[in-house]
Amino acid sequence: MSKRLFVKGNEAVAMAAVEAGCRYYFGYPITPQNDIPEYFSRVLPQLNGEFIQAESEIASINMLLGASATGVRAMTSSSGPGISLKQEGISYMAGSELPGVIVNISRSGPGLGGIDPSQADYFQAVKGGGHGGYHIIVLAPASIQEMYDLTMLAFDLADLYRMPAMILADAVVGQMKEPLVPHERPETILPDKNWVVRGKGDGEQRVVKSLFLGDGELEAHNWRLHAKYQELKERECRWEAFETADAELVIAAFGSTARIAKTSVAMAREAGLKVGLLRPITLFPFPEKAFAEVTRSCKKILDIELNTGQMVEDVRLSVAKDVEVCFYGRPPGTGSLPTPEELFEQIRKHY
Amino acid sequence: MQQVFKRPKSLKDVQTHFCPGCHHGTIHRLVAEAIDEFGVQKRTIGVASVGCSVFLYSYFDIDVVESPHGRAAAVATGVKRARPDCFVFTYQGDGDLAAIGTAEIIHAANRGEDITVIFVNNTTYGMTGGQMAPTTLVGQKTSTSPYGRDQEKDGAPLRMAELLAQLEGVAFSARVAVNTPKNLMDAKRQIKKAFRYQVEGKGFAFIEALSACPTNWGMSALAANERVGNELCAYFKPGVIKNNAEL
Repeated sequence: MSKRLFVKGNEAVAMAAVEAGCRYYFGYPITPQNDIPEYFSRVLPQLNGEFIQAESEIASINMLLGASATGVRAMTSSSGPGISLKQEGISYMAGSELPGVIVNISRSGPGLGGIDPSQADYFQAVKGGGHGGYHIIVLAPASIQEMYDLTMLAFDLADLYRMPAMILADAVVGQMKEPLVPHERPETILPDKNWVVRGKGDGEQRVVKSLFLGDGELEAHNWRLHAKYQELKERECRWEAFETADAELVIAAFGSTARIAKTSVAMAREAGLKVGLLRPITLFPFPEKAFAEVTRSCKKILDIELNTGQMVEDVRLSVAKDVEVCFYGRPPGTGSLPTPEELFEQIRKHY
Repeated sequence: MQQVFKRPKSLKDVQTHFCPGCHHGTIHRLVAEAIDEFGVQKRTIGVASVGCSVFLYSYFDIDVVESPHGRAAAVATGVKRARPDCFVFTYQGDGDLAAIGTAEIIHAANRGEDITVIFVNNTTYGMTGGQMAPTTLVGQKTSTSPYGRDQEKDGAPLRMAELLAQLEGVAFSARVAVNTPKNLMDAKRQIKKAFRYQVEGKGFAFIEALSACPTNWGMSALAANERVGNELCAYFKPGVIKNNAEL
């Protein structure tokens, strides 16, 4: 398992899912994530698993809902437009407290947009993209190794908190090839799935549902879900802090943008500028405390995203009082990926 | 004294919310009888849909997954692929299966998923207050076809049992009614047959059950029952349309 491989980010996702025990995949073709269903279509039949190329993204997410209700580990993947179609099912899964992993190798929009890397699905992912008010766990990998590690983590967190978990990556991290050291699934203590449908046998009837019509039932259900989101904020926030200890300017960026920004931070350090990078790895729960902490000493944040400004709202809500939060965005589209030099210029401008 | 009539084991001893004269209760009972007769209650997973049929879990003493509107066949696909040892059926209305869920039912049927589908056709959206359904008859007045369904504008009612029977993946397709004792007994036979297909692993089986909706048809229970025989059965002809394994 310690052999070093050279693989695409999309393949790393599929490999990690298989290692995490996922044997059921449901999906529909869309660029730039097709390596994921293609991998599963080769591998799952050999592992007594099931691969279904569904008639739509809507069908895929509902197949995931059905499989997950029986307790198995299952997943689906897509890109922006397809993720929009899945939102109905994601809302039902959130309401029915069903685990399950959804991968968004996001592309540019709105509408058909284009197939270039984008971070414009941030709001959709972290604010509850469907109806009714809910959250899902959102993880944002910035490397091929993280595509692998965070996919495994997504399955564990989904099972632990009984809710859907999303990998929010983009065409850069999905299509790029990089060394990967695969490893076995880390041991985790997970709760018994004593809620799954299985045929009642001699036991009590079990129902997986999101309809609550009894007096007060739905309100209580919503508060219970809310408490779960608070627990996630307390226990599951993950981030990377790079050169932040003495930084006078801290860059906030996630995923592929954070990789580019990291190079720019190194350039700035070489130029004698005290610049750091704070990279949220969990987008929900958002690492609010990390931003509060870093802005006790650093009074300026430069948020950089491949959109016109989405995560920056959460950054503003998280920083200490009287901290200036600047934004630099490259909305998605061909040629919109910034260079390290370009971001270095922004650092100079705001430092 | 011999007991000749009792509640099926798979049905709970509770009152239903169905309106007087509605056929859902009767169809529920026939499905429960089939579950009992094949002895599959302990390994059955039902998939409830949206509308009057959502309360499946309140009436059947079986495990149930609730599906989003129209997606029951996709949910059942996920359930059955993950638990091929379980008996899996969906229970869906006409708006659910023949409008918003058309893609899901056609593709689940075409893949020949080893599931049983009970499709209750009452020519209207019952739960939402009697709007025009994909199976509303031409000329039928509903809350969204106040001048009657117009074939020029709204198309003709879909005959799902015949439509699905065209697909290679469908092993069994039949339409039944429960408006007379004779039809009821035949409905029971066909539902059992549809169940047998899955029990014996012989493929996708589809039952279209015609049903009265007195409340939304604005009729007495008796008149609605008669309408099933006179009008529904004239357009949606009961009978076995496909029976591949000749069960």
